[in-house]
Amino acid sequence: MATKNVPMREALRAALREEMLRDERVFVMGQEVGKWQGTHRVTRGLLDEFGERRVRDTPISEMAIAGAAVGAAMAGLRPVAELMTINFAFLAFDAIINHAAKIHYMFNGQFTVPLVFRAATGWGNQATATHSHMPEPIFAHFPGLYVGVPSNAYDAKGMLKAAIRDENPVLFTETIALYPKPSPIPEDEDYVIPIGKSDIKRKGDHVTIVTYAHGVDWSLQAAEQLAKEGVECEVIDMRWLRPLDMEPVFESFKKTNRCVVVEESLPMYSFGSEIAAQLQEAAFDYMDAPVKRVSAMDVPLPFAREIELMALPNAEKVVNAVREVL
Amino acid sequence: MATQTTTLKKETLLDWYHQIVLIRKFEEECRTLYFDQKKITGVYLHLYSGHEAIGVGALAALTEDDHVITAYRDHGIALARGIDPNAIMAEMMGKRTGTSGGKGGSMHLASREHNFWGGYAIVGGHLPLAAGIALKCRYMNEPNVVLSFVGDGATNNGYFHEALNLSAVWKLPVVWLIENNLIGMGTRIEEASGQPELHKRAIAYGMKDGGRIDGQNVIEVYEAVSEAVAYAREHGPVLLEALTYRYDGHGVSDRQFDAREDLKSELNAWMERDPIIILRDILVKKYKNIEPELAKIEQEADRIVAESVKFAEESPVPTYEDLISHVYVK
Repeated sequence: MATKNVPMREALRAALREEMLRDERVFVMGQEVGKWQGTHRVTRGLLDEFGERRVRDTPISEMAIAGAAVGAAMAGLRPVAELMTINFAFLAFDAIINHAAKIHYMFNGQFTVPLVFRAATGWGNQATATHSHMPEPIFAHFPGLYVGVPSNAYDAKGMLKAAIRDENPVLFTETIALYPKPSPIPEDEDYVIPIGKSDIKRKGDHVTIVTYAHGVDWSLQAAEQLAKEGVECEVIDMRWLRPLDMEPVFESFKKTNRCVVVEESLPMYSFGSEIAAQLQEAAFDYMDAPVKRVSAMDVPLPFAREIELMALPNAEKVVNAVREVL
Repeated sequence: MATQTTTLKKETLLDWYHQIVLIRKFEEECRTLYFDQKKITGVYLHLYSGHEAIGVGALAALTEDDHVITAYRDHGIALARGIDPNAIMAEMMGKRTGTSGGKGGSMHLASREHNFWGGYAIVGGHLPLAAGIALKCRYMNEPNVVLSFVGDGATNNGYFHEALNLSAVWKLPVVWLIENNLIGMGTRIEEASGQPELHKRAIAYGMKDGGRIDGQNVIEVYEAVSEAVAYAREHGPVLLEALTYRYDGHGVSDRQFDAREDLKSELNAWMERDPIIILRDILVKKYKNIEPELAKIEQEADRIVAESVKFAEESPVPTYEDLISHVYVK
């Protein structure tokens, strides 16, 4: 099948467009999604194609964007609500957690909330402390919500389509640094990547690296470098923080007996904490070394480029962590 | 506001009397079940006593296809929407036969088939949901409106501002009906709102100001909300405010606050303008010798409440399967 190299932002746009063509109930709402063409240009062209009914600019009202999306979804529409960046989702936290995630349960299944909250995420743009969060694990803490965290254009398209078609609320974050990065995408195939399915991005027998989103890039770079020294890393891209697809991680760990977790987010109560806890519970007898975590440093991010980068994970830190568990 | 009692049929007025009395008796029974019999457990129980005319009058202005949503003081509204009192009482007691299967509790009553989208326990949390449901009506070109009850306390949080503004920008068919009982939890409206005449907020959002009405008079509520509904169906959101008073504190466990001396006289004054008394007076003046009919309605309400308690008590509690079901749509 013919493929084309497409940057992640265009792959996401194609996913939105295809789902809007497929289902009239799907619509896009959020700050600057229409006339401005999307803060990160993901929604570019959608207003022209679909009109104001289905591409709805909103005021700067995160609580109302998230809450109105919940109401519209309960009533039968399938909103894709953009919160611009995940930093602003904090303002909508109640609507996302107390309402989107709990309404199906709280009313004993009477209502469903089929919606997607989209938000850009990621660190390292000198955006400073308030605009430099990657708090996806916080959202993944709560049952009732799915959390998608794609690492490349191909996955992002298939995952977003799955999220839009699902009957449950999904928080879907897109790493800003990955928006321009292309990957080959089938030109005519309407593919979907199922919710809760991880992906082994590189095979290896010596160390299991568990990661997601931007962490996949750093992990693959590290694996490349380590392979030259004869160390083969297995890189597992979790793709979804909830549901968390642990079986492939356990399988890999039983083979490698060593694990490094790579996360762009903070270390306390984190993705890394969760993976480490589940590994020791499920595979304690297979453990040949402590689970090592590569996370952002436990500080708010500063502005100055030099110290900002110091706080963030990178391929070199992953290489060092792998060496520590060998 | 002059009310047009003459245009309303006798059976309509008697039906409202039935509903108001039923809600009062239901709420009084809930209080007993909570304090004396300990059959309603848990912390929260927010009674509708005192507010009945608002719920009954406002819902009478809707069709079955219109939508209703409210906060946690939701029992009376659920009853006025015609939801089975047995299922409501069962939810109070956390039974499997409850409106939410015993998983929602008193603050989370709902019935999809009645277009009653629920009670919500986070102050203001349901307001953008109301906007979203109204958006669906507009999006699908349906003629229905959303009636969203709003407590006076909710008018000062961000949800209120954002949801009302969005409804105005998108011209959504929502009637925002503030039930102003003068006290938000324990803080008086004058201490909480720079502008205590809450309907005036409409002006700030560029939406229709439906005015301030007497929330004790069911006929006045019905007429004002009918007008607001007609406007919302045609043009977009309306904000109106009904004055009322709560008889049993914020939640029943907060009675020490409402037992304050300075509030006693206020409570007594409001009780003299009780919604049951007002409607009863109207009926007695209008129809000769109606008292026996009213007494029958009161007995019928007693019977319905007693039956709901029996039903709830005899109902099974939820199971482990219920605990783990509906976390996600499978």
